[in-house]
Amino acid sequence: MPPTARPRQPGRRLSRLVNIGIPYLWLGIFFLLPFVIVLQISLAEPRLAQPPYTALAEWLGDGVLSIRLDLQNYLLVLSDDIYLAAFMNSLKVAFFCTLLCLLIGYPMAYAIATAPSRWRIPLLMLIILPFWTSFLIRVYAWIGILQTSGFLNNFLLWLGLIDEPLAILYTQTAIYIGIVYSYLPFMILPLYANLTRLDRTLLEAAADLGCRPFRAFVRVTLPLSRAGIIAGCMLVFIPVVGEFVIPDLLGGPDTLMVGRMLWTEFFSNVDWPLASALAILLLGLLVIPFVLMQRWQLAAEDPDR
Amino acid sequence: MLNPTLSHRWAALILVTVLLIAPAIPSALAQSLHIYNWNDYFAEDTLANFQTRTGIRPVLDLYDANEVLEAKLFAGRSGYDVVFPTMRPFAARHIQAGLYRPLDKDRLPGLDRLDPTIMASLASADPGNAHAVPYMWGTTGLGLNPAKVREILGEDAPLDTWGLIFDPANAERLAGCGISLLDDPAEVIPAALIYLGRDPHSLAHEDLAAVRGLLDAIHPFLRNIHSSQYISDLANGELCVAHGYSGDVLQAQTRAEEAGGRVEIDYLIPREGAVLWTDVIAILKDAPNPDAAHAFIAYLLEPEVIAAISNYVFYANPNPASKPYLDSALRDDPGIYPPAEVQARLVVPALRSERELRELNRFWTRAKAQR
Repeated sequence: MPPTARPRQPGRRLSRLVNIGIPYLWLGIFFLLPFVIVLQISLAEPRLAQPPYTALAEWLGDGVLSIRLDLQNYLLVLSDDIYLAAFMNSLKVAFFCTLLCLLIGYPMAYAIATAPSRWRIPLLMLIILPFWTSFLIRVYAWIGILQTSGFLNNFLLWLGLIDEPLAILYTQTAIYIGIVYSYLPFMILPLYANLTRLDRTLLEAAADLGCRPFRAFVRVTLPLSRAGIIAGCMLVFIPVVGEFVIPDLLGGPDTLMVGRMLWTEFFSNVDWPLASALAILLLGLLVIPFVLMQRWQLAAEDPDR
Repeated sequence: MLNPTLSHRWAALILVTVLLIAPAIPSALAQSLHIYNWNDYFAEDTLANFQTRTGIRPVLDLYDANEVLEAKLFAGRSGYDVVFPTMRPFAARHIQAGLYRPLDKDRLPGLDRLDPTIMASLASADPGNAHAVPYMWGTTGLGLNPAKVREILGEDAPLDTWGLIFDPANAERLAGCGISLLDDPAEVIPAALIYLGRDPHSLAHEDLAAVRGLLDAIHPFLRNIHSSQYISDLANGELCVAHGYSGDVLQAQTRAEEAGGRVEIDYLIPREGAVLWTDVIAILKDAPNPDAAHAFIAYLLEPEVIAAISNYVFYANPNPASKPYLDSALRDDPGIYPPAEVQARLVVPALRSERELRELNRFWTRAKAQR
């Protein structure tokens, strides 16, 4: 008889059930239930009433339950190229912001992880400290820095590097600056957690065997920190795709992002079903990288698969 | 053995607790009124005076956009008694959707003394003025920095014209000092049509195409398209011409003064005409305390009360009897109480069907993104 087929004691079974049940219950209440509600609204029709969408199921009597699913919202989103353009632009912004965060965040995380141990905590504190102020206030602070008469322009004018103030605020550049600044800690923290656990003797071994530091970094450190890179990229990429506040405050008139489209449909058009359809499609778009990440992690844990 | 000092301490603790709770008891027993209003839309003592007079405890929550209020109302069970939406298009569609409770006019004695022109204009969206009482009104025009605009366009350049923004030649010259539009098709499209000399309510294809042409021509010169950012941007000198709400521009004026007065801001109603808006008071259908809500509206209908609010928020009110109590700075400001010939050129926003609304918003999204 294989060991797994051994009959279990009822007490262990109960504790197993509780252990597995609680996270599932949590996911069910806080993820699945809202998702089902949004999905249901996305298949309804808008109407001018409270709530502003039709019910999907209607009891007609005589044992007839009428279910009406309206796919128009999805068809409209998929057929009108303005939505596609918004999705593409959001993905583009999220991609480049993630890349920038990685390029800036990796050296920082590496430097903190390899710093003398008494310095690590103060350095980490410097990364975390900005979180003690409201996110909104930090974005507003960038308005003060980037505006025509702002700190940055005055500084550059004073240095004599520019003759006329640069128009940075209300442009794509301002959005990139704001997003990279705001999300950088989400890249640094998982990378740091990963890099501190790195076995330094491997690098010593590489050096002993005549490998140059850069090559050792590429061949040893980088592959070993893959899990941290993936976690950091996901933590940045996914929220940035749906980002609304930073483009709204720092971006210019031609900023087309899916977060803004969702806002317009929900608030300006009072079209909750269309807004829900956009949200569902956005979710679908974001689930793909999640699935890919899981695949990579499984592959990393079990290379033989 | 029980320690006597300990029992004393217990007695003292109970006494202190009772003393702390006691003041809260009457207010918990007294009626309360849940108000949801724009920020900075009452005078400082409006609510305190109401509580002193009626014993009803007002609870105030604030919003900064009609859309935020609307989303709460459509979701239902907001818990509020009275709200202050803009009539067109917001309150008009809330009335259509049955979100408001019909007013008991016998309990609102001041109602028949309000400006008949404004009441008639509201009645076209609220038959018989059954649900909405006008609160404040204003215009959407131009907030500008006259010194900077004159410096660029010349001393004699007219300032009270939509041409500052919508004439591409002007827009190009003013781009460097900053121009902005409101992020709202219901404001921008009528303004552009008024500038073009066309019907401000038109949805005709050729009129919208003309508006699009205009927007495309000025798009490269716009610093921003935003519905609130221009308040601080005007005050900071970041913008020199902004399409904006009268009260917001006056707020920018105040902020600029507080910041040291280096930037001067004026509000002007363009000579071609402008959009007139009215904010109203309405009682929600599921209001927990409609009696208190009626008492509050009756209080706001008193000329002295509403005059004090106007004096504080710098908006015109629809109560002619309040004129004697208004500060002369407010009463004589043509940007707040425009003269009759200007008033004749003001237009109220058209009511749109949901389909039209979506079309307009899609038009606007495309125009903004230049697609």
